[in-house]
Amino acid sequence: MDAQRRRSLVRGALAIAGSAALYEGVSYSGMFPQVLLPNIQTVAGTLWGMLADGSMFEHAGATLLRVLVGFTLATALGVSLGILMARFKAVENFFLPLVSALMPIPSFALVPLFMLWFGLGNTTTVLVVFYGATFPILFNTWSGVRAVNPLWLRAAGAMGADERKLFWKVILPGASPFIITGMRQGFLRAWIAVVGAEMIAASDWGLGWVIFDAEQFLQADIMIASIVVIGIIGFVFERLVFGSIERATVHRWGMVRVAKG
Amino acid sequence: MQDAATLQAPAPAPAPASLPGGERLRAVARNAFPFLVLGALWEIVALSGIFPRKLFPTLGDIVRSFVELTVAGTLPHHTLDTLIRLSSGFGIAAVVGVTIGVLMGRSRLAEDILLPLVSILAPIPGLAYTPLFLLWFGPGQLSAILLVAFVSMFPVIYNSWTGVKAVKEIWLRSAQSMGADKHRLFRHVILPGAMPYMLTGLRLGLAQAWRILIAVEMLASVPWGLGWLIFGAREFLDTAAMMAGVIVIAVIGLLLEKYVFQKLEDYTVVRWGMVGSM
Repeated sequence: MDAQRRRSLVRGALAIAGSAALYEGVSYSGMFPQVLLPNIQTVAGTLWGMLADGSMFEHAGATLLRVLVGFTLATALGVSLGILMARFKAVENFFLPLVSALMPIPSFALVPLFMLWFGLGNTTTVLVVFYGATFPILFNTWSGVRAVNPLWLRAAGAMGADERKLFWKVILPGASPFIITGMRQGFLRAWIAVVGAEMIAASDWGLGWVIFDAEQFLQADIMIASIVVIGIIGFVFERLVFGSIERATVHRWGMVRVAKG
Repeated sequence: MQDAATLQAPAPAPAPASLPGGERLRAVARNAFPFLVLGALWEIVALSGIFPRKLFPTLGDIVRSFVELTVAGTLPHHTLDTLIRLSSGFGIAAVVGVTIGVLMGRSRLAEDILLPLVSILAPIPGLAYTPLFLLWFGPGQLSAILLVAFVSMFPVIYNSWTGVKAVKEIWLRSAQSMGADKHRLFRHVILPGAMPYMLTGLRLGLAQAWRILIAVEMLASVPWGLGWLIFGAREFLDTAAMMAGVIVIAVIGLLLEKYVFQKLEDYTVVRWGMVGSM
């Protein structure tokens, strides 16, 4: 087993090194112009330069700010409306048809409309992120609250829990694995949405804007450097941030096994 | 297993034919009511003149624009081009993605080599590659299709791989001991066994392709397409045409989710009794 693991690692490393070498070879061969296919040193140099002069941090900061504001709004609306929909039939009857009709609209389809209404810049990008992230969170919260074992509710009720306690001690922890899954999916969507929205509708700052702007000047090295940064930030959020949230809540409460039950 | 989670559109309250007439009518009315409220609110805001009429058209303007564009043939042309792009891009992604995924699931060597590459490329939002593809393949049709294919491939690969790995060892062994050769094993055991995952992957991939395509059409300067229609309408402050385009996009998105994949699932995994056994 150990030998096999080691072999897997070696093969994986070889695969990555091999593709890098291949890329490098094609880049040096002069088959394509250097500006279109910069070699790895150039990309690394560009990335280092942008990190050193701080411009990459400003772009990443602008993008992160937009994502986090939009995502926070989406979480607030998605979780509260999701819970209301699951708890009150009237709310569900009213909002479910609307949600089903709006959900299939890709958030990018609204970018031109938001641009007309709110102009270029932060408002538009934040709203697009908000729109993209809300539906997964809303939908998962709604299913999560509905999936709370009715036995738990009755048991807590029989032990004298009032409406408030029931909500905080039973429903919310019970639905939390779904809510966190929803937030994860929502963040993924938000991260895609912000890049697209910045390309179409941002002014001066932001990772999506840099990539798009670099196209006009044929600066493929800046593009690839920014793509790498986008990938790393997305990965960090997905694995580290949401991973640790999950460990601190649902794993500690022992919810996950029940949820997957 | 984040990529394997399905996010299905919630079904609106069902109105099956088996319900008695009155009940059915009530279900329809209940579903229509929120739209009426929303429509009325929209109309009030549009008529109130808070926003210029050009930017916030009334429902009548939107319907008129929709009808005009349809009669003139532009809206169908945009829709057709978008659908052709979607199906060719997604078709490539489905074929290549399932092939790579199955290879990774069946061969240890392929898994060791491809998994690191897939895990590096997959978490990057596909749209970030757009300008790079435009630079490499030029603006237009080719870039758009390749991007859609590239982006929607990852969920297909990931889920096919998981599906093939999830085929129960005991099924393989019992089929082998009953004398199934490689070909039969693949066709009658592995493929049906992995099918529920593959369909999930295809579904996620198609949803991804659809979302990306709209944005790509705005960026790749293609002459026709719904994304281009709504983006181009901005220049002329033609919000009504934009809304008409958005409505078509919503309807197609809903149809893709509800009919294409639901039907495919009914014909394959449900009929084979795969879903119940999972």
